[in-house]
Amino acid sequence: MKTEAPPAEPQRIEPPRSRSRSFAIEAVLIPLLALFSALVLGGIVMIFTNPEVARAWASFAQNPGNALSMSWDLVSTAYAALFEGAFGSPIAISETLLAATPLILAGLSVALAFRAGLFNIGAEGQMIAGMLTSSWVGFTLDLPLAIHLPLALIAGFVGGGLWGGIAGFLKAKTGAHEVITTIMLNFIALHLLTFFLKTPIYQRPGRSDPLSKEVAESARLPSFGDYRVNWGIVLALVMAFVVWYVIFRTTIGFRFRAVGANPKAAAYAGMSVAGTYVLAMVLAGGLSGLAGTANLLGVAYSMSPGFLGYGFDAIALALLGRTHPLGVVLAALLFGALRAGALQMQGTADVGTDIIVVIQGLIIMFVAAPALVREIYRIRARSTIETDAFTKSWAS
Amino acid sequence: MSTIAAAPATSKVSIRRARVLGIVFVALGFGAAWWFGLGSESGSDSTLGLNGRSAEIEIPALALPSRETAFILAAVCVFLGAIQLTRGFGKRANLILGVVVGCFILAFLIWAARDDSLNMLGLLQSTLLRSVPITLGALAGLLCERSGVINIAIEGMMLTAAFTGALVGSAAGSTIVGLILAVVLGGLLGAMLAVLSIRYRVDQIVGGTVINILALGLTSYLSAQILARYQNLNNPGRFPVIEIPLLSDIPIIGPLLFANNIFIYMMFILVFGINVALFRSRWGLRVRAVGEHPKAADTVGIKVLGVRYRNVILGGMVAGIAGAYFTLGSVGRFDENMTGGRGFIALAAMIFGRWNPIGAFGAALVFGFADSLQNKLAILQVPIASEFLLMAPYVATILVVAGVVGRARPPAADGQLYIKE
Repeated sequence: MKTEAPPAEPQRIEPPRSRSRSFAIEAVLIPLLALFSALVLGGIVMIFTNPEVARAWASFAQNPGNALSMSWDLVSTAYAALFEGAFGSPIAISETLLAATPLILAGLSVALAFRAGLFNIGAEGQMIAGMLTSSWVGFTLDLPLAIHLPLALIAGFVGGGLWGGIAGFLKAKTGAHEVITTIMLNFIALHLLTFFLKTPIYQRPGRSDPLSKEVAESARLPSFGDYRVNWGIVLALVMAFVVWYVIFRTTIGFRFRAVGANPKAAAYAGMSVAGTYVLAMVLAGGLSGLAGTANLLGVAYSMSPGFLGYGFDAIALALLGRTHPLGVVLAALLFGALRAGALQMQGTADVGTDIIVVIQGLIIMFVAAPALVREIYRIRARSTIETDAFTKSWAS
Repeated sequence: MSTIAAAPATSKVSIRRARVLGIVFVALGFGAAWWFGLGSESGSDSTLGLNGRSAEIEIPALALPSRETAFILAAVCVFLGAIQLTRGFGKRANLILGVVVGCFILAFLIWAARDDSLNMLGLLQSTLLRSVPITLGALAGLLCERSGVINIAIEGMMLTAAFTGALVGSAAGSTIVGLILAVVLGGLLGAMLAVLSIRYRVDQIVGGTVINILALGLTSYLSAQILARYQNLNNPGRFPVIEIPLLSDIPIIGPLLFANNIFIYMMFILVFGINVALFRSRWGLRVRAVGEHPKAADTVGIKVLGVRYRNVILGGMVAGIAGAYFTLGSVGRFDENMTGGRGFIALAAMIFGRWNPIGAFGAALVFGFADSLQNKLAILQVPIASEFLLMAPYVATILVVAGVVGRARPPAADGQLYIKE
């Protein structure tokens, strides 16, 4: 990050900040403030959509205390229940980790692609592709666990990787923008899934609705004791480390970062930009495929039509985690906690689970617009305004 | 502007492309003959109905011998393919491609309706209806992108507008008030996208994604919290069908085009209005200048950011009309996530139509046709997986973006920040 202020600038009044402090603001303070602001706004939405509380506000002039206390009760009960449902008991923590598992993997997928300058909106489709291959391995083969499970996981990675690779190949060969192709590939995968679920290869015998066969016991991710959380979370954390290692400690990762920063310079330095695009999309797709597979082999065991609904979250996680694997893991744990706590919140405070989606959307908005957060909280900007522009243009 | 790729007609690429197209035409012709000609028994008839529900003048249904008709259509494909291979159609190749695909689909319909009847007018009507939100959504995207702001939030804008239309329409007891508020909400989301991407310099795709997530979350949440508890707030009614006197009595065209609700008329007005405004007016010239080369536009005194703000808000308002169509024009009620990805089909239609209003309308018609065809085929019990028809819009878009069929060229500054120096 270019934070060292040029000392020769006379109009700068503030002293040049140290690199570490500026970094702390960027990487820690802004996301925390983003989370806080999103929770506040989410609370406001709760207040004004609850009929009783809204009525109390309508008579605010007569009884302001009542409106305020009712609002506070509603919001505090809701968020307390959310916290309780996410961390309050071993079961709650298990649910949080379970929800975080596919989120970590999908977030890593988008983050890895970002590093190579690619915007992977296709996590959703790649998950479906990965699940199509891994579930097939899961329910057709009959092998011992030590071989069957790894084989199914690899199949998931390969399936997702191939699907992601299509977008990478099209980008490398024809310049087709990956945002468009991955959106389209998502919907193609969705319809392919519905098609396959009606064929005898996938459809569960004796069922007329599109529901796949269950994967064999030997291909399932073993869970920890009586809890639903399973070895998928370990897999996800290991993959986070692998992605970190690949990005920051290997030449492939260096190539990704070079191409992501400036494809022309990378090409001038003798790197194959086209090859990098393909490889990055294959790896990103593979990670997404693994995300779907972890969900399939860990909890779902069978497939039904429709998106899993992690695609947008994955983009949010990559942004929130500032495309760093550790950041993605932390962000995914947060989102996992939100997902896990939402049910308890609905039960206790009668606040619909979809408020979580609103809060997540607000988090991304604030994280993506650091200028907005700075403006609200009056944090002085750095000397150089850096924007994370991923989209150069639709045009190649 | 659709023929940028066909620069020198003699380049190697275009010769290869011309050959490939010719082979495709011939292959489609033989395919049609094989599947649909030989596939239908000789002596069977396909009946094509052309009457609306309440036609003044009855037109006798068209009964065609299935096999022979399919063969004739196949022969047309092969003939056009042969000409393409020997002489070449040059610039008109894409038009001929459309004709060939049209013949192929017609042959398919004839085959599907062998010994049966198919209501052609019904098929065309549902094509037009299904293309309404796609066309309007594509126009919304086009208004934004022509000024250089990528809008992938069409889906979210439509969903929000659909919800607003239902809620406000029911509360006020007036569909018109519902429509107006839906348009206002669409405009507000447009303003949000503009502020995020222009003022706060958020990546435009991220900004669009934020709006999509917020729209899905808020409408689902509010629909569970409010609409599910107070059912009377989710019953806005629908806009009535307005029959245009005289014109609606014309056979076929009348019931198809002149007996519709307000949304279809608005769609036609907007398609042609925006086309004229964009390519024939001072405003359009400015918008295009800003989308292609903002710096040059700024140099001659055009307010780049102002144009962008205005266009993105306008785009949001058009997306608002598209969204209102779902609740006030079509279903009469709001359901969770009822747009079901049509905002992304609209995005596809915009690209397929090459950022051109008429082109987008054509693309939306093609997509609407694929959609209604899969419905019809389910009724005719044709053993073809409807999923592949539903996939067609997306595959077609990838082919266009990848330059397999023509070349899609977006505005040059699409997606780029403009910072005044």
